[in-house]
Amino acid sequence: MTLMKSFLGAAASLALTAGAALAEPAIIFDLGGKFDKSFNEAGFNGAEKWAKETGGSYLEVELQSEAQREQALRRFAETGANPVITMGFAMSTPISEVAPDYPDTTFVTIDGWSDAPNVLNVAFSEHEGSYLVGMMAATASKSGTVGFIGGMDIPLIRKFACGYAEGVKAVNPDATVIANMTGTTPAAWNDPVKGGELTKAQISQGADIVYAAAGGTGLGVLQTAADEGILSIGVDSNQNHLQPGKVLTSMLKRVDVAVYEAMKAGADIKPGVQVMNLAADGVGYALDEHNAALVSDEMKAAVDAAAAKIISGELVVHDYMSDDSCPVLDF
Amino acid sequence: MDKMPKWADVALIPFLNLLIAFVLSGLVIFAIGENPFKALMTMIDGAFGSTYGWGYTLYYTTNFIFTGLAVSIAFKAAMFNIGGEGQAMIGGLGVGIACLFIPTVLMPHWTIALVFAMIAGAIFGAGWALIPAYLQAKRGSHVVITTIMFNFIATALMGYLLIGPLKLKGAQESASASFPDVTNLPTLHELLAPLGISFSKSAPANVSLFIALAMCVVVYLLMNRSRLGYEIRAFGESPTASVYAGISPTKIIIVAMMLSGAISGLMAINATMGQHERLILNAVEGAGFIGIAVALMGRNHPFGVLLAALLFGFLYQGGSELSLWSKIPRELIVVIQGLVILFTGALDNMVRMPVERMFIAAAKRKDA
Repeated sequence: MTLMKSFLGAAASLALTAGAALAEPAIIFDLGGKFDKSFNEAGFNGAEKWAKETGGSYLEVELQSEAQREQALRRFAETGANPVITMGFAMSTPISEVAPDYPDTTFVTIDGWSDAPNVLNVAFSEHEGSYLVGMMAATASKSGTVGFIGGMDIPLIRKFACGYAEGVKAVNPDATVIANMTGTTPAAWNDPVKGGELTKAQISQGADIVYAAAGGTGLGVLQTAADEGILSIGVDSNQNHLQPGKVLTSMLKRVDVAVYEAMKAGADIKPGVQVMNLAADGVGYALDEHNAALVSDEMKAAVDAAAAKIISGELVVHDYMSDDSCPVLDF
Repeated sequence: MDKMPKWADVALIPFLNLLIAFVLSGLVIFAIGENPFKALMTMIDGAFGSTYGWGYTLYYTTNFIFTGLAVSIAFKAAMFNIGGEGQAMIGGLGVGIACLFIPTVLMPHWTIALVFAMIAGAIFGAGWALIPAYLQAKRGSHVVITTIMFNFIATALMGYLLIGPLKLKGAQESASASFPDVTNLPTLHELLAPLGISFSKSAPANVSLFIALAMCVVVYLLMNRSRLGYEIRAFGESPTASVYAGISPTKIIIVAMMLSGAISGLMAINATMGQHERLILNAVEGAGFIGIAVALMGRNHPFGVLLAALLFGFLYQGGSELSLWSKIPRELIVVIQGLVILFTGALDNMVRMPVERMFIAAAKRKDA
């Protein structure tokens, strides 16, 4: 009898939560997991900020495998969650397939792309932010050789690398940029050991600054750089605090802002394209107490001047994805 | 009497195994501060509470029927085929190649596309099992080791193909182009609509389910009503005696492994052709390994495999619902699924031996 009671109680509370779930926003974290200290975590922070400010609640799931993407999308859309926010480029095809089946739901893809009419594509201008940290790297480098370590070898990560290399060359045209990718499978987003090995390899080639755009792999890059006594550059979230005094800066990609704004707009969200560039404060570089000693006033002035030029359109940073090539870097 | 009754073997022991696994899982959930009964209800409701849930449960079940049958055939020949995962992956490659590269004029209807895909999937899966089978039969390299290694090779090969030659140009994701529309298999929604039954439109269960059920019958007839099946079983029971009876071990090892690989490969018509409709990484989602647990729990009998596949379909679908609707972390859901596999598959004897002793003791008392 008691068992039956708790069963019924559980069923009732389940029904209640299911009812309350209506019109809540939902967020789907990609394979890196929501605590990757980088891309996904930025999204998580945005969602938490929204929840704290509004007292609202949201649905969330961390994907376990590639094949779950479509199921997670359908499940949230089916429950009436709106908007359904997805993290990562890999959601492009699943969203394009699922979105037409749920015309009343707005899907948000961060880094992905879909032409469906009820999808908001949030596109970040990572090349602009990377350009700025590239300038800082070239200024701080003594050897004239700087490194880049990417996660999975995809056009998006090459876009980071290309913008970075352009920024480096803008300050020091003779500088050498060494670019390595961790791998060609999604496992490359979460391989800090390999990240560390690549860092050591780049140091042996003379690099004294490394920029990691590699999700969880970047943690190994930052760690190894700190251990070996060189500076590193973090990505997506502000990672300066991970190795205080050893991280030159972090290229901020304000995924948290994008998620926060999408949740705030709620069901009224407008589909289309949202460009998160320097002008929109979508990208930038991090300055806080952990790296204040590393960033000189001249460095900051030069970077801020370049940022102003990019915003005004005077300076155009090459976008690798516009033509799948990079004028200053070979892969 | 030195054996326990049949009903205890096929029903009581799996039930006790499951019970222990669920109690332990419940304790784990309780330990992290969640309500185990609520978790169980979430799983049951998510897997069976709607046609949407059923659609996913049956989709996973279909996968597990194929891989479970595959493992059971190899088991009958006394071989442990751990390579279902790789064989299903490569079977998926075959299905993908058939769907992408056979001109659509040759495939005017999905039924014809399905036949092509089944042939391709079975050949690719069997081919992937052939090398370990040959090495076992001719060189004595243990099939457990080689099939495990072939899983890794399959993953690497798929990774290479989906990043390089088969990748859709301009896309960031490692996946092939979508298959042409004519190759899309009808889902249960489309199949049941003419009968007036409304079934969730978005669930992936498709016509492959019926092919999986037919496969159960085919495997039963093959193993129990055919000469080849008899030879496989005889070899599995006693290799030396079967050699004495004129059965060639080389032939049986290779044929049984290839059959096993072919059925694993057929899984791809459900996952790759029925659900994803393009080649993606990791489309198998561990079904090859679950197949081992399914075969063990189903006592290598096609009907048992069917029931065990349904149970694991429930665990998979219920588990993914649990990760959506509760704060239970995804790692713990894998732990719960792992506990069930551990108790039903690996630790089977832990329950079996005491229960068997109990039955024998009871029988003796009755005799005395």
